[in-house]
Amino acid sequence: MNPTLDLLYRLADDQLILGHRNSEWNGLGPILEEDIAFSSMAQDKLGHSLQLYSLLRALGEAEPDTVAFTRNAPQFHCCQLVELPIGEYDFSLTRHFLFDHAELLRFEALATSSYEPLAQVARKLRGELKYHALHANTWMKRLGTATDEAIERMQRSLDFTLPYALGIFEKTDAEAEIISSGLFVGEDELRGRWLESISKVLAQTALEVPDVLALTPVMGGRYGQHTEHLQPLLDEMAEVFRLDPTADW
Amino acid sequence: MYGSASTHDLPTTALTGLENEDPILLAEFEARINRGEKIEPGDWMPALYRKQLTRMIEQHAHSEIIGSLPEGTWITRAPGFRRKMAQMAKVQDEVGHAQLLYSAAETLGKTREEMLTDLINGKSKYSNVFNYPTPTWADSNVISWLIDAGAIVNQLANAKGSYGPYCRALDRICAEEAFHLKYGHDAVVHLATGTPIQRKMMQEALNRWWPAIMTFFGPSDKMSVHTEILMRWKVKMASNDECRNQFLDMYVPKIWEIGLTLPDANLRKNEETGQWEFTEPDWEDFKRVINGDGPCNAERIAVRRAAEENGAWVRRALLTPKTQYVRPLA
Repeated sequence: MNPTLDLLYRLADDQLILGHRNSEWNGLGPILEEDIAFSSMAQDKLGHSLQLYSLLRALGEAEPDTVAFTRNAPQFHCCQLVELPIGEYDFSLTRHFLFDHAELLRFEALATSSYEPLAQVARKLRGELKYHALHANTWMKRLGTATDEAIERMQRSLDFTLPYALGIFEKTDAEAEIISSGLFVGEDELRGRWLESISKVLAQTALEVPDVLALTPVMGGRYGQHTEHLQPLLDEMAEVFRLDPTADW
Repeated sequence: MYGSASTHDLPTTALTGLENEDPILLAEFEARINRGEKIEPGDWMPALYRKQLTRMIEQHAHSEIIGSLPEGTWITRAPGFRRKMAQMAKVQDEVGHAQLLYSAAETLGKTREEMLTDLINGKSKYSNVFNYPTPTWADSNVISWLIDAGAIVNQLANAKGSYGPYCRALDRICAEEAFHLKYGHDAVVHLATGTPIQRKMMQEALNRWWPAIMTFFGPSDKMSVHTEILMRWKVKMASNDECRNQFLDMYVPKIWEIGLTLPDANLRKNEETGQWEFTEPDWEDFKRVINGDGPCNAERIAVRRAAEENGAWVRRALLTPKTQYVRPLA
């Protein structure tokens, strides 16, 4: 695939799917303030994905609604981390923390991308992602230093989620060209920055951080290999849209 | 959304106790209300006023969070980016309203945790319309437009009430509701003027919801007793029938205008009296549902209970020995 398309699809699909998942917290949060916070982040992520699909549209791909609402799982390029069900709050929070640190750093790097339309979008998005990371940090520190029960839960979630989080940085065949053309600094570089960034926050908690780079990453998402959870999510998302594909909704 | 008068009429037993109030303080309290002053949290108030307002604001707050469930189901199914993002923002507003309202109710002395416990134990109620299902996207749109419209009628009236924190919360809520109304109207018009599949879906949803909408403002004034003192204290600002008539006046023409029909052959405006005539809603069914036997009561409470139970560890973790419960400022 063309390196620009390859990169944009990965970015957009990650944002769409995690935005969708975050929106599932409506009515289920541990406190109302977290229902509201996850909804805000979900709205941001949906908006981010729309901007990225719009960049794809400008490059000749289909309309954002068509791309988002009519593809099936094997055609999605998101990492597996974002498609996992929301589970309990400790998992959703840990995923949010690990993912949004990567996203913030990713879009900070993309702000100087050689592809100017993407750089412009990135300069806007990074400002929003900063708040996502701040929100995650606040809660990780709070729960990661609270009761034994909370620390134990957060530790379990961290151990479970880290291998999936490493899948964020899965490279595609276009990686060398993406880097050489100045589109993006590349996944290895991003992973290094990410590790430093999350480690600083986790050091302020009672959580034990394993040797992250020694873990086996959960890969495949960037090539359309997904968990059994993605297709049902997509079916649900497209349930109304597909009732009458000729209609304007 | 979503507050309605349907759940806050006084129980028969609640009217006792006034004889224990200091008559001088009571007279001064009533004089203040007559002068149009607001009652604030630290002010003297009769126990019955405190109890009734707590009950009313609490039920309004519950209606917001329970009401976010039937519409929330459609966030993950909303067709297309535009609808999906708008639906999320709309439902998020409702949860925000609950947050505002719980704070307003807390100024009267009951904590949010206590209120939520009473909700899941069935001790306190919420707007009865949310005990009905939303099987299609169009049902969700009916709620966004017409239930929110009903709530605005009610809340604009109550915003002129006597309790300061509740009035201020309602002012903020009504401002957001005005957007919801536009959103709901746009979504309904879109379906009502769309493809045959969309039009059918919309009409069927409206038919399903109409009986519940007609009960939204609570039983007929003929049946509703004990509201006199609440009106005098400006707790309740308009009677159920007044609200219902105003709603019909504002919205039935709009519904007919976009080519939808309403499933009540007797629905018409009597131009001489200015009152709408309609088939009397089935109040026995209304009572049965409000008392727990509706199609979705169990499901709504089960979802709320699961959320409370699954999130309990987070709330325990936040309650470090150093933190103490603080009643919010008005």
